[in-house]
Amino acid sequence: MSVGKPLPHDSAMLHVTGRARYIDDLPVPAGALHLAFGLSAIARGRITAMDLAPVRAAPGVVAVLTASDLPFANDVSPSAHDEPLLSDGTIHYLGQPLFLVIATSHGAARRAARLGRVEAQAETPVLTIDSALAANSRFEEGPRIWAKGDVTAALEAAPLRLQGRIEIGGQEHFYLEGQCALALPQESGDMVVQSSTQHPTEIQHKVAEALGVPMHAVRAEVRRMGGGFGGKESQGNALAVACAVAARLTGRACKMRYDRDDDMVITGKRHDFRIAYDVGYGPDGRIHALDVTQYARCGWAMDLSLPVADRAMLHADNAYLLPAMRVTSHRLRTNTQSATAFRGFGGPQGMLGMERVMDHLAHALGMDGAEVRRVNYYRPAEGGSAPAPAAPPRDISGQKMGGAQRIGSGTGGARRFGGAHSPAPAGGANVTHYGMEVTDFILQEMTEALLATSDYAARRADIARWNAGSPLLKRGIALSPVKFGISFTLTHLNQAGALVHVYQDGSVQLNHGGTEMGQGLFQKVAQVAAARFGLRADAVRITASDTGKVPNTSATAASSGTDLNGMAAQVACDVIRDRMAACLAGLHQVAPEDVRFAGGMVDVGGARMSFSDAAQTCYQNRVSLSATGFYRTPDLSWDRIAGQGRPFYYFAYGAAVTEVVIDTLTGENRILRADLLHDCGASLNPALDIGQIEGAYVQGAGWLTTEELVWDGSGRLRTHSPSTYKIPACGDRPDVFNVALWDGANRADTVYRSKAVGEPPLMLGISAFLALSDAVAACGAAWPDLQAPATAERVLAAVRRVRGAGPA
Amino acid sequence: MRMTFLLNGETVVADATPTTTLLDWLREDRGLCGTKEGCNEGDCGACTVMVTDAGGARALNACILLLPQLAGKAVRTVEGVAGPDGGLHPAQQAMVDHHGSQCGFCTPGFVVTMAVAHLNGRRDHDDQLAGNLCRCTGYAPIIRAAQAAEAAPVPDWMQDAPTDSAPEGVAAPESADALAKWYLANPDATLVAGATDVGLWVTKQFRDLPKLAFLNRCADLRGIEVGAEEIRIGAMTPMTEVGAALAGIHPSYAELIRRYGSVQVRNAATIGGNIANGSPIGDNPPALIALGATLHLRRGDARRAMPVEAFFLDYGRQDRQPGEFVEAVTLPRNAPALRCYKISKRFDQDISAVCGAFNITVNVGKVKAARIAFGGMAGTPKRAAAAEAALLGRDWTSATVAAACAAMTDDFTPLSDMRASAGYRMEVAQGLLQRYFADLAGAPVSVLEVRA
Repeated sequence: MSVGKPLPHDSAMLHVTGRARYIDDLPVPAGALHLAFGLSAIARGRITAMDLAPVRAAPGVVAVLTASDLPFANDVSPSAHDEPLLSDGTIHYLGQPLFLVIATSHGAARRAARLGRVEAQAETPVLTIDSALAANSRFEEGPRIWAKGDVTAALEAAPLRLQGRIEIGGQEHFYLEGQCALALPQESGDMVVQSSTQHPTEIQHKVAEALGVPMHAVRAEVRRMGGGFGGKESQGNALAVACAVAARLTGRACKMRYDRDDDMVITGKRHDFRIAYDVGYGPDGRIHALDVTQYARCGWAMDLSLPVADRAMLHADNAYLLPAMRVTSHRLRTNTQSATAFRGFGGPQGMLGMERVMDHLAHALGMDGAEVRRVNYYRPAEGGSAPAPAAPPRDISGQKMGGAQRIGSGTGGARRFGGAHSPAPAGGANVTHYGMEVTDFILQEMTEALLATSDYAARRADIARWNAGSPLLKRGIALSPVKFGISFTLTHLNQAGALVHVYQDGSVQLNHGGTEMGQGLFQKVAQVAAARFGLRADAVRITASDTGKVPNTSATAASSGTDLNGMAAQVACDVIRDRMAACLAGLHQVAPEDVRFAGGMVDVGGARMSFSDAAQTCYQNRVSLSATGFYRTPDLSWDRIAGQGRPFYYFAYGAAVTEVVIDTLTGENRILRADLLHDCGASLNPALDIGQIEGAYVQGAGWLTTEELVWDGSGRLRTHSPSTYKIPACGDRPDVFNVALWDGANRADTVYRSKAVGEPPLMLGISAFLALSDAVAACGAAWPDLQAPATAERVLAAVRRVRGAGPA
Repeated sequence: MRMTFLLNGETVVADATPTTTLLDWLREDRGLCGTKEGCNEGDCGACTVMVTDAGGARALNACILLLPQLAGKAVRTVEGVAGPDGGLHPAQQAMVDHHGSQCGFCTPGFVVTMAVAHLNGRRDHDDQLAGNLCRCTGYAPIIRAAQAAEAAPVPDWMQDAPTDSAPEGVAAPESADALAKWYLANPDATLVAGATDVGLWVTKQFRDLPKLAFLNRCADLRGIEVGAEEIRIGAMTPMTEVGAALAGIHPSYAELIRRYGSVQVRNAATIGGNIANGSPIGDNPPALIALGATLHLRRGDARRAMPVEAFFLDYGRQDRQPGEFVEAVTLPRNAPALRCYKISKRFDQDISAVCGAFNITVNVGKVKAARIAFGGMAGTPKRAAAAEAALLGRDWTSATVAAACAAMTDDFTPLSDMRASAGYRMEVAQGLLQRYFADLAGAPVSVLEVRA
């Protein structure tokens, strides 16, 4: 069966030969035009005059548009309609698009865009968390606050207590393919848009608004992206809308792609956060109460900041059962790029806040970090990690997996937040601070296994000995766990559609609402589809995401691509397969249950035929061989204002042990070894899943080490290209890099009992940051108070802190 | 400008303005879209192509390669790495087998870099691939692929044998003499050596460069002569060759060069260009100054020489007359105490926050000579004169080192920027002298040498 096989990425052959086509590689019609934005040079103010004559006079320029030239909606926001495509006169950040150049070449458009003469009444920009707080510049009326128990009383009653704070930098996506879109005008005012986007329906929607047409007049398509990571969930809107408006105006194909510097200056990044904490705990390391305050710097427009900040709150507990907890979240509005989705979507920041608390109290108690974590874990799921066999064999013509009936977690009704097999509460229910019972917790076993395979205890002792004899270089080691909630927290987004055709020759074409950005979604869903028909995966043709084939799609985001679209495809395939089975059963006078699809053959009560013969027969018997499939995640119920309910269908788990070395003279540091153990449920494709885990770890470690965004006092992003913004390079991956999948089926009834994998392993990279802190702690007695990202400079500052020396 | 070269085995003629980049020409004029634009500044490697000439095959970034640099050479893109019959190169097959691609956008660049390394028998994959960024995989499967392809034979089609020829319609002198004469007559021209800097003037700054001379055909400006006392390096010698030549002679300098840019950058960048552009953060000058190297300049037939540090007058200003160019640099062969330390946010392919080079002679416990130079600490590469003075004649002890560290605040008033704060720069400069002291004493000082 195709499911569970480590097949290569479906486009691997095209990738390695350079034949995989991205938007900028598509042939364009003769006369195609190219676009570029003219950008604001100040961070805040009012435009008083714009002289665009030099732009219009530049070689190759066909037209120059400002906000007043736009025919309909001037808005590319995915949320609050607060994001004009072109400035309406107010300048909100340095890099904001002010005017649009339409020219005969990419180069001509870029050159001309620099020639605009813009005069503005500058105002003092709000750039930092502190200045935003002082100005009460925020989204929503005030901070969001969720609580469990009486936090104030529990803090006061706790035997021990400490406070601290961590600043957490943002992160540039640095998808290798920059933002790009191509609009092709059609008859009757229709528009086809090719867009490098994670969210084709959003592109369709925003383009329709901008053109003043219904959504049915716009078709958005994307075969693949050269990386997304959340950065193409909403940030492609501006390019697609600009192209569509320009194409409508000129009647010609219009293409826009951001040069890398423009991409980094214009588009949003991961939110930077400040997280302050006040924790009460006992001498055994057990937390009694935790009061966390999160400050998110959201940038100038709302974009997706509210759900991002929500998810940070939702992961403020990470893997720990906290008897009393309060989370306060400030969503601050600043005159910087509008921070947006980035793999983990606030979860990493929230989780790092919690892990920082763990480290801080472990340091205060002189306890081992892994031990403090285990003491505070949620209670384990009953029956251990794998109550059901991974991807159990099923009657292929058969019904829904039986597992749902046998496995408690994830199958309860919307009001029953626990599974039938949840352990009886002892000393307080096993519930999160947002009221969701945790019934699938497997980190005890995973941690035990990882500590053993990574030889944690012995290495920790070795490192202490080594450090004692090494005055300049110090090593450190740390474990960190991940518990990540799977589902969109905006509940209605948890739906997906698929469209499957079986042609009369037996070939199968698959389409669904997910997008391919490198994660291997298309291959995984193809494996599912192939399995339903008993075919090899390569018998299923994968096609581009297309709003004309599957409508009303959600963004490929929240790690949900396979869970949602795999299920939708499964439903569509099963409809066709059941029709075929009924037809063939009738012809052969057997029961439909006795028709089996396996190995490319169809077995009809003893008679065997190829799948293509079966398809031909069904066609000749006038059976519909095309079907749509639809799926919506069950059992979700969430009130984001109250902070109560069941926002997630299930949790994905992981744990990592990382070892690092630092130089105490310069702060230079490096990862020496990483051991990762991650839970993908019953993996649909172990090779692709391991690829996601390895890549996510390195990306997460990069976020917390070398990737530093620097704005100057005027609000100018100084790290706007790879020469100044440093994502991990080849040599930055751990020398020793052991990655293993935790072998166990998902308790929730997901597609073949697999688990989502896109985001959760990014947070395994937190262990690298904690290991750096551990290495710094080897330099002296004081608390390192390491801040993120832990660049060499911040590591050195922490070394000085630990040694009791002041700043240089 | 008109030029002839081999493209994926076929002779082609390009007729374009001399500042046309190879990447734009490939994608826009030839429709060869396998080569990707990731950053348009030579920092990501997505546009890597293989360029072959009499000196062999090497990887280069097409986004900052100007067409005239390629006249008479052979270019092989990802489309030409697969065989004429469509058969995969071993590196391509290994990338498929080992799941080395995810989004696939960086993959063509990786494949080309891997294919060149494979052709050249290189197995230092981390170094060979340091100039190719991947945001998806975490690199582990790519390295597994590179290792898996090591033993496979080099496919026949990878061997290009171009016929040398000069570009037409653009200045491309064939010798130092010809350059000297031309430049004297055209002192307002821009000289293009490897174009790793000038390329950005084109792609990012849209600078008008009406008068250009391409120096890559000046064979006598290129090469390294290792004498008994002295090493002479021609200005047009690419950093790859400088690094290889110095590996056994000045290993610490060679290690610095290993981290200078990336393979693609070192294959293009020249030592003369790195000095002549006067950057305060170029990595050669500190090492050369610490070595006491001499810079050789030429204007017409007039030649002069000066200590490297004397060339750097002020930020953006060098002691170079109109029409004068860097011809060579000479440096001593013997400097066992030379150590070069590069501090940057990322180890590979990053511009230094601070680059320190130390060359201190200790005789019977006393400091006999001291040369300390830094990049990133001032508007120019600069010696730490006060620190040197605090060392000279003193006992070589940690107390003396501490005094010299304190003196560095008299030498430098560094700036804060996106790479580092002023305070950190000073602290690091002082820390590096302490590191040097420990290093000479044989203590482990490099995190790069620690293994789990």
